[in-house]
Amino acid sequence: MSKRIDVKDLNVYYGDFLAVEDVSINIEAKSVTAFIGPSGCGKSTFLRTLNRMHEVIPGARVEGEVLLDGDNLYGPGVDPVAVRSHIGMVFQRPNPFPTMSSRDNVLAGVRLNNKKISKGEADVLVERSLKGANLWNEVKDRLEKPGSGLSGGQQQRLCIARAIAVEPQVILMDEPCSALDPISTLAIEDLINELKDQYTVVIVTHNMQQAARVSDKTAFFNIAGTGKPGKLIEHGDTHTIFSNPVQKATEDYVSGRFG
Amino acid sequence: MTATPLTSTQGAGRAGDKVFSGAALAAGCLILAVLFGVALFLVIQAIPALTAPAGKIQGGQGFFAYIWPIVLGTLIAAVIALVIATPIAIGVALFISHFAPRGLASGLGYVVDLLAAIPSVVYGAWGAAFLAKEIAPAYGWLASNMGWLPIFAGPASTTGKTILTAGIVLAVMVLPIITSLSREIFLQTPKLHEEAALALGATRWEMIKMAVLPFARPGIISAVMLGLGRALGETMAVALVLSSGALTASLIQSGNQTIAAEIALNFPEASGLKVSTLIAAGLVLFIITLAVNMIARWVITQHKEFSGAN
Repeated sequence: MSKRIDVKDLNVYYGDFLAVEDVSINIEAKSVTAFIGPSGCGKSTFLRTLNRMHEVIPGARVEGEVLLDGDNLYGPGVDPVAVRSHIGMVFQRPNPFPTMSSRDNVLAGVRLNNKKISKGEADVLVERSLKGANLWNEVKDRLEKPGSGLSGGQQQRLCIARAIAVEPQVILMDEPCSALDPISTLAIEDLINELKDQYTVVIVTHNMQQAARVSDKTAFFNIAGTGKPGKLIEHGDTHTIFSNPVQKATEDYVSGRFG
Repeated sequence: MTATPLTSTQGAGRAGDKVFSGAALAAGCLILAVLFGVALFLVIQAIPALTAPAGKIQGGQGFFAYIWPIVLGTLIAAVIALVIATPIAIGVALFISHFAPRGLASGLGYVVDLLAAIPSVVYGAWGAAFLAKEIAPAYGWLASNMGWLPIFAGPASTTGKTILTAGIVLAVMVLPIITSLSREIFLQTPKLHEEAALALGATRWEMIKMAVLPFARPGIISAVMLGLGRALGETMAVALVLSSGALTASLIQSGNQTIAAEIALNFPEASGLKVSTLIAAGLVLFIITLAVNMIARWVITQHKEFSGAN
């Protein structure tokens, strides 16, 4: 069910502005890869190119290839809508649909891709997805209540349940804990550890301890200065990046000397 | 660092607060006072008509017999206007907010706003002089092909000056109101929710159904109610377009009348009890508008829990 991602020579533009330059990276299936780096270095932008979500912004485009198990996501005839149903995404701020109940939130993606679903199947799927997101025990008695009435951490896990309900091959997380308290953050980190048994997980984080705790591989992005494109500086085993990085910039960043 | 006494109640900030809260309170009270004054005026002036013996009211059968056909006529015209205008307005608003390229969107938005600036008498003249004539053959076709429906029963008006024409003119007039309000609401849809839908693999239309329309629902209802308010109260356009008469079910014959047009057409030559009767008709229109707005508010609060405000 999970697939690997290989990125070759990817440039990301907003109009004429080159935001991310020449990134090549291999992301293993069933692993957690963390993107770290200072603000504005393009790690979120790059993450969004992996499921073609950056195209939502007018003028955004890419050059290069993103291969999902060998299939180019930017090949001719590839439908971004289909890409996004294979590669799920969790956002910085929890964003359950406020007009839907918790249950309908979980089912939102499934109802898109497979319109007809019986009530029995839906019940099974809701329970499985919410259990997968470690949220079942907390919401099982109030599935029909609005999802926006949950706490921030619960909302974020509801969003994860919504993402895994469509059984994607990859889950992208864009700073999923930055709006959460430490306890909720811990819950999400535990969840990421479980998710990697089934999914390829890519997470952007500002929190280096978090990257060290949850990821198998870490990629460090940096930017030479304002207006310059972001670049991938170094990519390797998390342990190596944090203890014995090759690049001086990486060492400075992970040791807290800048950024 | 200079210590500021904690007990100080003076200072410019505090005075500004008082002025502002006083002004806000006065504005709020003024609205209530004006509304109350209007209601009081209508009731006092209407009492003679409501208490007069049935024979003295126009038509000779009492106020109720006089008013209910034109109440129905008003509602029919307003409903026609909304049925036509609402889907078009929502479509245009969605096109401007989510589909059109940026340059086209702002131009189109400007044109729509311009529609609202055209005086209603101009719409009335257009409806009477142009639309009625052009649409009359279509009424003939409706009468001969769909005449079995009571609302399209023949013989169709040959001048085209019918309640349906009036409704269409009203639809054009309320279209810009509903469109600009809906567009503003659609533009306020949180990016987060739109992206949530897109990231699940929603197409643009599915994203709109999932994130934009549910979010905008209360706003759309408010916009439609504002449009309804204009359609119910519109005078000149109806007075010019409609060749009025007794209440009929058919929308394509002459006949029917609306309250606002009835008042406008008869007020200049009215005197005595007739004035009271017309003001009482105005009171009824006032009550209808009030009731419609209250129902709309009630509908909106039914879904408060899911509004996203929590």
